[in-house]
Amino acid sequence: MMEPLLRAHALHLAFGRTEALRGASAEVAPGEVLALTGPSGSGKSTLLLCMAGVLRPQAGSVTYEGRRLDDLSEDDRTRLRRREFGLVLQFGQLVPELSAVQNVMVPLLLERHDRQAARTSALGWLDRLGAADVADAQPGEMSGGEAQRVAMARALVTGPGLVFADEPTGALDTVSGEQVMEVLLSTVRETGASVVLVTHDNRVAAYADREVVLRDGVAEGRPAVLP
Amino acid sequence: MCIVADMSSGHVLLGILAAGPAHGYDLKREHDARLPGAKPLAYGQVYATLARLQRDGLVEVATTENDGGPERTVYDISPAGEESLLEWLATPEPPGPYAAEELVRKTVTALRLHRDARPFLGAQRALHLDRMRGLVAEQRAAVDVDARIALDHTIFHLDADLRWLEAAAARVNEEGTLLR
Repeated sequence: MMEPLLRAHALHLAFGRTEALRGASAEVAPGEVLALTGPSGSGKSTLLLCMAGVLRPQAGSVTYEGRRLDDLSEDDRTRLRRREFGLVLQFGQLVPELSAVQNVMVPLLLERHDRQAARTSALGWLDRLGAADVADAQPGEMSGGEAQRVAMARALVTGPGLVFADEPTGALDTVSGEQVMEVLLSTVRETGASVVLVTHDNRVAAYADREVVLRDGVAEGRPAVLP
Repeated sequence: MCIVADMSSGHVLLGILAAGPAHGYDLKREHDARLPGAKPLAYGQVYATLARLQRDGLVEVATTENDGGPERTVYDISPAGEESLLEWLATPEPPGPYAAEELVRKTVTALRLHRDARPFLGAQRALHLDRMRGLVAEQRAAVDVDARIALDHTIFHLDADLRWLEAAAARVNEEGTLLR
């Protein structure tokens, strides 16, 4: 059996009376691309945010490289998230007042990197993701595909071991979505990072090595854990 | 085996011949390369189609080759064939009726028998997604835009099946358990 990079085990999380997760489990192996799929409201985004340490489950455990996320203090969890995880959301979620390169620099500046080094690194990532042309543009001046490439550069700039993407192509047309997936996958294949992505797009799910289907807050059907 | 030489493969073959004369083996290979993801053309079908195209005056025998092996007929498109090809290229197709596929037959039959169709729907999804994974990988490797476009068509049809599988599972779920 392959040792997972991250293991989410029997997670429970309720928002008020709504049980978003009811014992959901999922594992991702080193270098693996995992798709979380399922109908709207099935808990796939909640599971992703718990795996990413953004949300804290009320029961169950999330273990990353042997460390339990729920045992960490809020500060340690934030630090781990910043250093080890990259997060990409559906609409990029770029800071509208900042240019592309400034957006990509943010995670490095939060980690107290030197400003000039951060800028050089950010420009390098924009170039790698085919977004060098929009380095000085603000999010409002970019196409959806460009903004998503910038968001990916921001997620990858810290060299994360694990990238979380929630509907990364949800706002894009087929061809732009395909280009964004292509860029993400070729990059993580080079860096060796794992990816957990939430999608309702079967084409995007087909980019993944494995799929975990959620229904009503639990993983259904095929094993959610690694073989 | 019933060999039905449908006219659209005939036109695809005419399209290949419009680029230059070819024999049956080359035509089959080029047809399958142009339409990856589609059912490969059987040799019997190629020769049946060529015979019909020749009968209708749309292709002509250019020459027969004999390189020590069996004799091979090289075909070329005729002026009437070129005309037919251009007309085919310009004519829109009526949307076809969709036959009830095996997936639908199984699901409906299971539900009529008050059996839970969800395990089948889930297993079918896994199989469809595996196929899609293969096609997406093939598409990522494809260099030519026409190959990518042909694969898009297969992928989108598979996607339609996948969405149907999801909707069917959701409806069964919503219904409580099974159709009454």
